[in-house]
Amino acid sequence: MDIIASYGSVLVIIAALVGFFMAYGIGANDVANAMGTSVGSKALTIKQAILIAMVFEFAGAYLAGGEVTSTIRKGIIDATPFMDLPESHGTWYDLGAFAAGVWLLLASYLGWPVSTTHSIIGAIIGFALVAVGSEAIQWGKVTGIVGSWIVTPAISGFIAYLVFMSAQKLIFDTDEPLKNAKRFVPVYMGLAGFVMALVTIKKGLKHVGLQMGNVEGFALAIGIAVLVGFIGKLAIGRLNIDPSADKKMQFNNVEKVFAVLMVMTACCMAFAHGSNDVANAIGPLAAVVSIVEHNGEIAKKAALAWWILPLGGFGIVAGLAILGKRVIKTIGEGITHLTPSRGFAAELAAASTVVIASGTGLPISTTQTLVGAVLGVGMARGIAALNMGVVRNIVVSWVITLPVGAALSIVIFYILRLAFGV
Amino acid sequence: MPTNAFLGVFAKSPIKPIEEHIKIVHQASETLVPFFEHAFKGEWKEAAEYQQTIRNLEREADELKRVVRLTLPRGLFMPVERTDLLELITHQDKIANKAKDIAGRVIGRELLIPAAIQEDFLAYVKRCVDATKQASEAINELDELLETGFRGREVTFVEKMLVELDAIEQDTDDMQIKIRRELHAIEGQLNPIDAMFLYKIIEWVGTLADQAERVGSRLELMLAR
Repeated sequence: MDIIASYGSVLVIIAALVGFFMAYGIGANDVANAMGTSVGSKALTIKQAILIAMVFEFAGAYLAGGEVTSTIRKGIIDATPFMDLPESHGTWYDLGAFAAGVWLLLASYLGWPVSTTHSIIGAIIGFALVAVGSEAIQWGKVTGIVGSWIVTPAISGFIAYLVFMSAQKLIFDTDEPLKNAKRFVPVYMGLAGFVMALVTIKKGLKHVGLQMGNVEGFALAIGIAVLVGFIGKLAIGRLNIDPSADKKMQFNNVEKVFAVLMVMTACCMAFAHGSNDVANAIGPLAAVVSIVEHNGEIAKKAALAWWILPLGGFGIVAGLAILGKRVIKTIGEGITHLTPSRGFAAELAAASTVVIASGTGLPISTTQTLVGAVLGVGMARGIAALNMGVVRNIVVSWVITLPVGAALSIVIFYILRLAFGV
Repeated sequence: MPTNAFLGVFAKSPIKPIEEHIKIVHQASETLVPFFEHAFKGEWKEAAEYQQTIRNLEREADELKRVVRLTLPRGLFMPVERTDLLELITHQDKIANKAKDIAGRVIGRELLIPAAIQEDFLAYVKRCVDATKQASEAINELDELLETGFRGREVTFVEKMLVELDAIEQDTDDMQIKIRRELHAIEGQLNPIDAMFLYKIIEWVGTLADQAERVGSRLELMLAR
């Protein structure tokens, strides 16, 4: 492991740069996605959205993303199903993970919402091909990922359809939409609170080291759900609603009720996103740092260098404020006819799918679930127009993520081998 | 930075421009009422101003129609058929065109409506404008229809509006027959060419209501899917 000794600091600097740019790209692209539905439906202004995103992303990254070691280890263990890699190749594998970062940056630049997890898996496959050989890869697992391109959007689309249709049946398609909205929206809030709490518990709290059993997790989530529903009822009661309004105004008032809901979901989405994706951005960096510090050994429990997490959090916030602001602004003016109720149906479905998926261990991406959910609301005749050309491009970008990630990691493998003369 | 791909999923909705379009179209037909009030008295200068307003509105409607057609690409998933929307706006646009033609022709010939039929004629114009107003209100329900997923209560509500639109159109037909009869009684005293044009104008005014009804039936077709 000569190269580690002689080029260690260079590797760390490269890793830090790539990590920062990944966080920057995630902030500019992914966060804009998470906030887009809220802004598009006019539940939040752009400024409010950015503020919420900054606070909750950073909080999520700092509180729930704190113990990234488990993510790093997960990253390595995730590789074991694909290949049986000799220990000495561990460093190469982590360097290969940069390929994923490069692809993510490129995709973000092109505006494609690709999956971070899938990029990393693609990179691992590519590395396994050159370093060990194709027999090391368990192709059965890869088929599972390919399946998730169809299954994930299908599940979240179906849930979004159900949520939207239930809102139709219970609220919009009744004689007194406003009265029913006041009655049922707190229930939806509780439902959303339940799902969001589950996401945070499953995806977030384990990073803080708060290991919670399924029973406690569910109990806590239910408790939060009831609390959220209660607070929601109070918030709705304080809404400025004109009871003498005509039929048309009543729909507007109903949407006002849903807008309260959207603000909440936006906060939770940002928190969950921050806790999850900061780890994605800085995971490989943390791995490289720990490997360099341990002179090439993969430490079973890697302590996180103090500067890594703020770097990631700062990268995300910077990306959001500089590039994401523009993206969100275009959306805020570009999307028409995405009302709070429809945006809510999509977001709740996406979040529920994330919970279901993390229960079954499918490697999914938030964008996949969101795209599926938006399609589901559209299918329920809820959104005025969906651009199928863009949907097709997004699906294509998911599919090419694996091969491109693989190809890039192969290229980087050879470049590094040439550069360091191994 | 290219615009975000995920958010590109939400295409610009064609619903709002279509509602906007019929509003302008209705304004154009509505302007015919003050136009004729001045034309009755032979106040051609004021009438010409109203004619200009109609022409401007018609141009505005044309522009909006073009925008809708251009921003409605093939790969769009919508709760309504693409062809239905395109035909809807085509029919809407014809109302404005007709209003422009009527005003233009009356001004061009400085066509005096005989005093004997003026009262009935104005009532007839107003009724036809009622039809375009009804059509405009029905089209304005499109976003509420969207809200309810084109189902249930709201559909019944719009269907009722369309029945009302049919009734208005029926009214204008009856009024047209009556006014033709009145014109027939006095046509001997008129310049034959003026009489010819009067018949033509009466027919065209009726077309406003016909066209409004056609807009309504397009909307009905959308509900049927």
